[in-house]
Amino acid sequence: MSMLLALLRRDLAQLLLGGRRGGALLPVLFFLAVAMLYPFAVGPDAPVMARTGGGVIWVAALLAAILPLDRLIEPDLELGMFDQWALRGISEELLVSVRVLAHWLSFGPPLMLAALPASALVGIDGQTLWLVELGLLAGTPGLAALGVLVAAITAGLRGGAALGGLMAIPLAVPLLVFGAGSLAIGGESGLGLTAAFSLVLLAITPFAAGAAIRAGRS
Amino acid sequence: MQECRIAAQDLACRRGDRLLFARLGFALGPGEALQLGGANGIGKSSLIRILAGLLAPYAGTVERAGAIALVDERPALDPHLPLGQALAFWQRLDGPADFQAARLGIAALMDIPVRYLSTGQKKRAALARLIGQGAPIWLLDEPLNGLDAKGTALVETLVAEHCTEGGIAVIASHQPFTLAGMTRIELSDFLPSPSGKGLS
Repeated sequence: MSMLLALLRRDLAQLLLGGRRGGALLPVLFFLAVAMLYPFAVGPDAPVMARTGGGVIWVAALLAAILPLDRLIEPDLELGMFDQWALRGISEELLVSVRVLAHWLSFGPPLMLAALPASALVGIDGQTLWLVELGLLAGTPGLAALGVLVAAITAGLRGGAALGGLMAIPLAVPLLVFGAGSLAIGGESGLGLTAAFSLVLLAITPFAAGAAIRAGRS
Repeated sequence: MQECRIAAQDLACRRGDRLLFARLGFALGPGEALQLGGANGIGKSSLIRILAGLLAPYAGTVERAGAIALVDERPALDPHLPLGQALAFWQRLDGPADFQAARLGIAALMDIPVRYLSTGQKKRAALARLIGQGAPIWLLDEPLNGLDAKGTALVETLVAEHCTEGGIAVIASHQPFTLAGMTRIELSDFLPSPSGKGLS
């Protein structure tokens, strides 16, 4: 138990404050910047903005989740941390699970908070904002798991960060379809499917990412 | 110190399509030390990683009893953290053992971020992590790299004390390492025959 806490504490410190690689603030600012640019691009047409604003928030959230990919796994591989943990009998699956939790804590709740000012920028109403927030709550854990999974697979590759972004986007499409789709049909079914896909990603990631880290040793 | 043992049997290692060594074997019990010698690129580091269980051997088996501690070229200390905090993370995992900072000459560096430390200071910090882990089997990959003459003597003393307490040490180094009663294996004695028959 104390081991889990020590690992989570370190992961959170790394991802929230970020050391030299930029912390949790960067994705949030990026997210707000996209939301701010959107009205400039489509012009001050309130009905269009209200209809499409929720979708833009979803796209911005997805892109913001990709930003920290390169510091999720790779720095610890370079430092030899994963080897040291393996020698202490700590499984890669456990390490990855802790990291998914830390990654979600460092970008999920901040994005949900940032969605409040973003909703004003893209001009959506309170009912849509409520659905967006619920959708992000259901979808960001899946995005966090996907991020760690892709980071583990691409760690150590040349141009891994760019490749990681390209790999994550198609895999995140179901989350986007169901999450943003729930806004159009205005129902719980979309949210339910978003949560379901999130759960699938959360269930796969520890094993797939753990295997990727082990395979990277040889 | 807990009962410990490490034994390798008929080990072979392949990197890419090159066979580095074959039919390598040894057995070490409590208090024994072994130096792996040989030129650069002959497979010392790969052998250390195989012994640690981090790399699968191409052939052969490794038997281990007892926890393993590893020091290699990567210090495994967070570069942006002050040394004290970086070591404290491992202390939380390994238990509150004393890592003998004063003796290693790093007691005054605890407030300095790891990335500002010199190569030798980082090596000393990695040795502190090794001591703090309290594992009976030490695998040291080039432990003398970057250390000055005093540091070299210190590592030799530390390994000698570790073995006196019943621990095992395997040291991969191309440099001379002075330790009474230490066996030495030259990896060049285990080169596979050119035709690849070394594998059989």
